[in-house]
Amino acid sequence: MIIPHPILGPRDAQEFVYLGDAALIDRPDGLAPGAMDAFHDYLYLRDNPAGEHRELWYHEQGDRSWLVVTRNTVTHEITKVELARDVARTRGRSK
Amino acid sequence: MTANRIKGGLIDRTRSLRFQFDGTVYEGHPGDTLASALLANGVRLMGRSFKYHRPRGPISAGSEEPNALVELRAGARREPNTRATVVELFDGLTADSQNRWPSLRFDALAVNDRLSNFFAAGFYYKTFMWPAAFWEKLYEPIIRRAAGLGSLSRQDDPDSYDKGFVHCDLLVIGAGPAGLMAALTAGRGGARVILADEDFRMGGRLNAESFGIGGRSGAEWADKAVAELRSLPNVRLMPRCTVLGAMDHGIYAAVERVSDHLPEPLPGKPRQVLWRIYSRRAILAGGATERPIAFENNDRPGIMLAGALRAYANRWGVAVGRSAAVFTNNDDGLRTAADLEARGIPCRVIDSRKGEEVIDTSGRLGLTSITIRGPKGIQTIRCDALGVSGGWNPNVNITSHHRSRPVWNEAIAAFVPGRDGPQGLAAAGAAAGRLSTHGALESGAARAEEALVDLGFTAPKRSLPEAEDAPIAITPKWYVHGGTGRAWIDPQNDVTVKDVKLAHQENYVSVEHLKRYTTLGMATDQGKTGNVLGLAIMAELTGKPIPETGTTIYRPPYTPVAMGALGGRARGQEFKPRRLTPSHKWASEQGAVFVEVGYWLRSQWLPKPGETHWRESVDREVLTTRRSVGICDVTTLGKIDIQGTDAGAFLDKVYANTFSTLAVGKCRYGLMLREDGIVYDDGTTARLGPNEYVMTTTTANAVLVFRNLEFARQCLYPDMDVQLISTTEAWAQYSIAGPNARNLLQKIVDQDISDAALPYMGCKDVTVCGGLRARIFRISFSGELAYEIAVPTRYGDALIRELVAQGAEFDAVVYGTEALGVMRVEKGHVAGNELNGQSTALNMGLGKMVSRKKDSIGMVLAQRDGLTDPGGYRLVGVRPVDPARGLTAGSHFLEPGAAAVAANDLGWLTSVVHSPHLGHSIALGYLKGGEARQGQRLRAANLLAGTEVEVEIVSPHFFDPEGARLHG
Amino acid sequence: MAEHRLKPLTALGHDHPERVTIGPVTMTEVADVALASVTARMGRLPDVQGAAAAAGIPLPAPGHWQGGSPYGAFWLATESWMVEAPFASHEDIRALLLQVFGDAASITEQTDAWARFDVAGHHLHDLFERLCAVDLRAGQPGLATRTVIDHLGCYLILRDESLVSVIGPRSSAAVLFHALETAAHSVF
Repeated sequence: MIIPHPILGPRDAQEFVYLGDAALIDRPDGLAPGAMDAFHDYLYLRDNPAGEHRELWYHEQGDRSWLVVTRNTVTHEITKVELARDVARTRGRSK
Repeated sequence: MTANRIKGGLIDRTRSLRFQFDGTVYEGHPGDTLASALLANGVRLMGRSFKYHRPRGPISAGSEEPNALVELRAGARREPNTRATVVELFDGLTADSQNRWPSLRFDALAVNDRLSNFFAAGFYYKTFMWPAAFWEKLYEPIIRRAAGLGSLSRQDDPDSYDKGFVHCDLLVIGAGPAGLMAALTAGRGGARVILADEDFRMGGRLNAESFGIGGRSGAEWADKAVAELRSLPNVRLMPRCTVLGAMDHGIYAAVERVSDHLPEPLPGKPRQVLWRIYSRRAILAGGATERPIAFENNDRPGIMLAGALRAYANRWGVAVGRSAAVFTNNDDGLRTAADLEARGIPCRVIDSRKGEEVIDTSGRLGLTSITIRGPKGIQTIRCDALGVSGGWNPNVNITSHHRSRPVWNEAIAAFVPGRDGPQGLAAAGAAAGRLSTHGALESGAARAEEALVDLGFTAPKRSLPEAEDAPIAITPKWYVHGGTGRAWIDPQNDVTVKDVKLAHQENYVSVEHLKRYTTLGMATDQGKTGNVLGLAIMAELTGKPIPETGTTIYRPPYTPVAMGALGGRARGQEFKPRRLTPSHKWASEQGAVFVEVGYWLRSQWLPKPGETHWRESVDREVLTTRRSVGICDVTTLGKIDIQGTDAGAFLDKVYANTFSTLAVGKCRYGLMLREDGIVYDDGTTARLGPNEYVMTTTTANAVLVFRNLEFARQCLYPDMDVQLISTTEAWAQYSIAGPNARNLLQKIVDQDISDAALPYMGCKDVTVCGGLRARIFRISFSGELAYEIAVPTRYGDALIRELVAQGAEFDAVVYGTEALGVMRVEKGHVAGNELNGQSTALNMGLGKMVSRKKDSIGMVLAQRDGLTDPGGYRLVGVRPVDPARGLTAGSHFLEPGAAAVAANDLGWLTSVVHSPHLGHSIALGYLKGGEARQGQRLRAANLLAGTEVEVEIVSPHFFDPEGARLHG
Repeated sequence: MAEHRLKPLTALGHDHPERVTIGPVTMTEVADVALASVTARMGRLPDVQGAAAAAGIPLPAPGHWQGGSPYGAFWLATESWMVEAPFASHEDIRALLLQVFGDAASITEQTDAWARFDVAGHHLHDLFERLCAVDLRAGQPGLATRTVIDHLGCYLILRDESLVSVIGPRSSAAVLFHALETAAHSVF
């Protein structure tokens, strides 16, 4: 596969490491009430759709950026690639 | 002049090449294939079939060949199942027929042919059912010997293979008229073009046909086109290169046979190169493959596809026989008859469209006569070559690599590529069902023009040469009805019309079932000639039209690939990279024994002269270190530079314990968890400045920890001001441990490192040996007074030599990973065996390290009920009650008297060493409720090793439990 | 630099850099360049750019290298560069760069984390297409990219049309050099 890196352009997927569902960005607050249940859901309940999926890929043999890749898991078509850091910020993460 | 060589052809008659087949020496010419040269010499019999051991000759002149499989070359280079039809002849070539004994002409197992009633489809499943135990021991070995292909050399492959990467705007697969025209169009338009063709001579069918193109012969036009392409700097020609498959996003796999046309590769050169082709667009111009018509005894040597028969005549100047016939259901078959007649070979046409058909043949080892049934009755004629044409199947193979199903085209009675093939791939020419030469040229140009426009190039003005545009005029005929004998569909796997009928009778009517029940198309040729025939016959039997019956689809590779090509250079020493430590050169000189730790080679122990057993060396290394001082290369531990104003806060997130409060100039042991609460890694992290830390990781996890830190930094805490970079390789780092550690180091370090200047867990920047910048950390894994000293890696070799030289007065020893392991077990430190991906900090006795005052990775889920059971596993020390008894790692704890069954299992021994200090075996282990069991006696049983030892549960700190030595 | 009594070894483990000529290419081990990574602290990019401009340190765009004297640099990651300088004058490169950037950047000495081989000659793309996926034929001088050669993560820098630097992990220098030599024998 070829992943169109937002900074570096098309790169062979062999340069990347795959992690999985981009929902992993939404890590719960460990000190908040109900953290145990929230972490259980966060870690163990993940979608695995046949179709469009937002996934985390790490450009380990590149610029070491984590990317959120929107990919169709059936056709492998990639429709969007974002820097995970930007996605994390838009999802309200900070420090 | 050899027996069957006639005039013409694209061979170089000025040179002769000598070769051997089954021990007999023959001659051929440059430009020949092994098959054409053998046919020229009158050799039609080249192999035996898979199941019935029927005599067989080539039916094709290309890579679709199912019959003429030979063992090519001898010795370690012997390659079984090589298609004689694509082997480029070279001087000195040797080949042998296969799947026959004792000889090709007399094959004892041809008796299978007489027993064919027992070998019909499903035979194995039905016959060898019972008793089940007989399958592996008796039936399978016999069947494997009887039915089979060539044999392996059983020697290492002496050749090397490369991998390579190429990029282009347009990949053109196949260099026939469509491919050449596509490449010319795109090349003239300025695109970067790769033209790959499996043949050694580009031109495809143009080399095999007699009709002209643009006022020249087809081969001349092809030569001219190739010459123009070669002159274009933006075009790359790759002959002898088979495109194997379409991967995702325009990536294609291809294998180039760099040296297969040579007796052996030139020194240093690879035999083959596996290319990864990155293309923006691709055109499949792979042509079409002719298919036969099934009739009784249609598998005799001398019977071949009509297009192959005229290819041998036109391209190679070979008359397969002196009197020929053609059995056809279309106009293309008539070309064979015309071409043969033009070359003086009489050729009888049997045209099924006129109610004529071939109903039988004879000739034990090769065709001698055929029997024809027609409007005028039945007639037997003598002939020694028969061309059969049942139509042409577009080579849709690659278009279905992403699961696109080919669709039926009534006009040519064949499947053509579906519309949902790999993105960016278009088919042209015969591969797209455009079977005429004009159709090929026109569609090649058109697809290339579309690609050019898509990619932002301007298409050049189209100029197509004049070429024939005749329709194929096919009236489908799949098999000759009414026979009682066998009519072959898939000759390699010996699948006949009867087998398809049997499958139908037993209700295996779906094409997928048909394939698996009869093994149709499952041989090395993957049914390139026979598949469509088989499913068309099934369609006829079920009364359904072919589109409804459907077709199986293809997956890579297009043709068989040598395993060596897939492996490339990654074999032997080159299978994986090696990482050498800064002390490697010195340690090699000492005769160190090395151990692989990931990619690293580390000294395992360093034997002294006279030491004959590894334990002698390891015991000496441990005892000398504990008595005086030892040196160990710890460069392999991962080192990550962590800087930024939020570096401390960041570490608080990724470590279970707290680092933001660590004083500058201090180190702290850190425990890193996975989010599920299991311990991930551990190591010491030092604070070198207010905004600067250096983290160490275990050797094995260095890459993974770095990846996780980047995840936390970018995905979880995107606004933290923290920067990371690995410095593992930048610094050569040695551990200096033992009561004399400071005395030795003080001779090297330029600054004061007294206990006051550098207390326990202190770190600082220093200089060594008169001014070289260095870092020193007072940390210990061995339990001794110990330091780690780091210098830029280029000085690592000099530093170990300096340490050894300066250490001579202390009898300093250099120790390896075994001694390191002994000392850490003596001290009760966890390492890889305890950090096993299943254990929590609580299990390790480090539960208090997990701070619940801050939100760190893994903190929450580490508190889960299942992980906090007070009766759960705890790290314990273990000693044998009888010190003479040795312990075995992996032994399980059992209560005295309890049966050795899983229900009574209390845990296991994780790490076992011989402690030279204590003089007996010691171990660490995970034991249920281990804290409360100190002082108890249990059994440690290893059912695999057959050992059982009475043990006492003790503190894991066997050595200096108060830590007095650390602070010395 | 301070005098001291430790003698350095090159990444290949010799006193002097290795040099091999195979066909039209010459491969030379380069040991006389100091390296440090410079990464802007959060929100401090303007400061880093200002300081770099004043000190003559190039900060090339993604995928690029820019030469200079004494400092050259290639892009590593967002707001992060690897700065090169002559080893003889800049061995303690981190200390020198700290004077330039102060606390605006995180600076890490990287000199000995890497082994560098300069491959000089014609038809370099023929060589590198057997080693890595970089499209060198289309590359312009100044191209700098990370790639993988025989499982090793490396930086590839096209310094000019006939000079490519391969910068790979120092501990695997021998493996990397072997890969270069083998590919050269295979191609030329």
